Amino acid sequence: MYKIQKAEKLNENIYLMVVEAPRVARHCEPGQFVIVKIDETGERIPLTICDYDREAGTITIVFQPVGASTRKFAELKEGDAFRDFTGPLGCPSEFVKEDIESLKKKKILFVGGGVGAAPVYPQVKWLKEHGIDADVIIGSKNKDLLILEDEMRAVSGNYYPCTDDGSYGHAGMVTTMVEELVEQGNHYDVCIAIGPMIMMKFVCLLTKKLAIPTVVSMNPIMVDGTGMCGACRLLVGDEVKFACVDGPEFDGHLVDFDNAMKRQQMYKTQEGRALLKLQEGDTHHGGCGNCGGDN
Amino acid sequence: MADMLKRIPVREQDAKVRATNFEEVCYGYNKEEAMEEATRCLNCKNARCIQGCPVSINIPGFISKVKEGDIEGAYQVIGESSALPAICGRVCPQESQCECKCIRGIKGDAVSIGKLERFVADYALEHDIKPKKAEKTNGHKVAVIGSGPSGLTCAGDLAKLGYEVTVFEALHELGGVLVYGIPEFRLPKEKVVKKEIEKVKELGVKFETNVVIGKSTTIDQLMEEENFEAVFIGSGAGLPMFMGIPGETANGVFSANEYLTRSNLMKAFDNNYDTPIAAGKKVAVVGGGNVAMDAARTALRLGANVHIVYRRSEAELPARAEEVHHAKEEGIIFNLLTNPVEILTDDNGWVKGMKVIKMELGEPDASGRRRPVPIEGSEYEIELDTVIMALGTSPNPLIASTTEGLETNRRRCIVAEEENGQTSKAAVFAGGDAVTGAATVILAMGAGKAGAKGIHEYLSQK
Repeated sequence: MYKIQKAEKLNENIYLMVVEAPRVARHCEPGQFVIVKIDETGERIPLTICDYDREAGTITIVFQPVGASTRKFAELKEGDAFRDFTGPLGCPSEFVKEDIESLKKKKILFVGGGVGAAPVYPQVKWLKEHGIDADVIIGSKNKDLLILEDEMRAVSGNYYPCTDDGSYGHAGMVTTMVEELVEQGNHYDVCIAIGPMIMMKFVCLLTKKLAIPTVVSMNPIMVDGTGMCGACRLLVGDEVKFACVDGPEFDGHLVDFDNAMKRQQMYKTQEGRALLKLQEGDTHHGGCGNCGGDN
Repeated sequence: MADMLKRIPVREQDAKVRATNFEEVCYGYNKEEAMEEATRCLNCKNARCIQGCPVSINIPGFISKVKEGDIEGAYQVIGESSALPAICGRVCPQESQCECKCIRGIKGDAVSIGKLERFVADYALEHDIKPKKAEKTNGHKVAVIGSGPSGLTCAGDLAKLGYEVTVFEALHELGGVLVYGIPEFRLPKEKVVKKEIEKVKELGVKFETNVVIGKSTTIDQLMEEENFEAVFIGSGAGLPMFMGIPGETANGVFSANEYLTRSNLMKAFDNNYDTPIAAGKKVAVVGGGNVAMDAARTALRLGANVHIVYRRSEAELPARAEEVHHAKEEGIIFNLLTNPVEILTDDNGWVKGMKVIKMELGEPDASGRRRPVPIEGSEYEIELDTVIMALGTSPNPLIASTTEGLETNRRRCIVAEEENGQTSKAAVFAGGDAVTGAATVILAMGAGKAGAKGIHEYLSQK
């Protein structure tokens, strides 16, 4: 069992937990993820690592309840435990292995959206610890949904919050912020975009035009996370890649986002059914295939 | 007196009934049936059946105990060679190993060795007969990677010799392919796999789940930081293959690994579990091995109409005869000498069918089987909503790529000596599918035994 040391609700949609997982904490690097399973009947849910403390042996995860399993996660409190917590999985971010001197010469722009701010954080923090200041754009629907603001400010070079409704920071999408920064004369050697697939798609369309190499972190449906099932396969260039072992980070200009987004829909109806079952208990007869539902 | 040429038949669940449930197909023998079948064994002096068994079980030895009605004694005879008899009695290809060597088989039916083994093992599980344990530990620590058949066998053998063994498993459940790959209706998880693993625990073996070697820690770190003196790699062959035809990333195309993992490991077939499965109504399984049969019969039980699409003819089907027979009985349709060309999709990216081409058999290829050749112009379309690719698997490169000095071959398999599992790296041994590529449970167990022997020799001389 993997004990929860801290459970915090960051806002109405997003939760943060610090979990005891010494093996993961000792070996993880920015860019990697974990697979979390709440109990015997739960799903294996992939979550990016938001922070780690090697000495304390803990991992910080941030998640947004979407399906039945993550909704159950949200009900856990400090002192509760996850049955399973596996990792670190996937490859670390490319820059972790890069020569630090040549890395110092690069100007890096991070673009995070929604809960995607969480996996951006350990990367920016790692760079800060290695003497590199990166610019960070974080977008959210409104001010209340913006997460990890103080933490991000503390490790970023320049920090640019954006809200869709204009309630805070730059008013508008993250893409308009990127355009603005480039128009102001900023030069970026690489952009790292992490967030909803639709956001990553539009950031990539823009950075392709601006000729800024872009890395994205893909979050497709997964089961085992170790290369075994192939559920997470993506088209990158013309090749089929497994996000869990070949990624999760890929050259954003080569990823076929339309295919990835279609694959993301695969279990939408099943997930919806599982959620209804959770909320309505025995009164709902979803999942039986007979109720009409969303067939 | 029964006809000594004929084996005692085994009771099975009716095909029509079992096609709609996940209960075990075969019920196995009861004590009377087992004792009667045991009288058919000729107790040959130079027993050829033992030579046919990859772990060299003393087959006439245990059968003569069954004949006397001493089932506990029979279990201890099997236990000298095998830690997982309830599993082997169910999934071993006995017809091509022990049973095909049986003298009885020349004129009539071979002795039903597999079903007798299963009976003895099930009796031991039901009556909680304990395996013989080492009297005390010898203080040497050995790590085993993977809790599938090779790892469990290696761990059990080493524990019996007094070693302190820890098994590291990447998934959240113990058993490897026995749990994620082989379906419930062929190998019950709670009743058989879990209980048989409990017996390995009773030998003193420790288990740690959720440890992905190569990620959570490495082999070198296990030896340097955690003081393991030797390591056995039994990590299996987990990477699925795809055909590389158009449409393969469409929604509704699965690897057999994914389909089976969702249903077996995550229990998607059971409504009490959260993991979903887009089971499909019209399913094609591409391939002809045991995994293809397992995937097809799982899809059938989840409510689908199922086709097996295989490019060679019935004679070349690599699956066990019993599995093919069961699949046909249950209503699986076989499209033989047929090969997929393209997966057809609708506007939303879902499978709507598959274009296939008819094949004929030409000259024998490297495998000795006649090579399938496409018949030009014979393409046609099958209407489908789901395609499951069961084309075989290859070893996961995770361990080899993070262990310095560990040699692999062209097929990404770890290079290891057959008789003792020694790899190119000192103190590191390997066996099972990680070395051979996808094979059978019993061959992996044989390799686990060889690895345990190799590690014992290595640590005794150290």
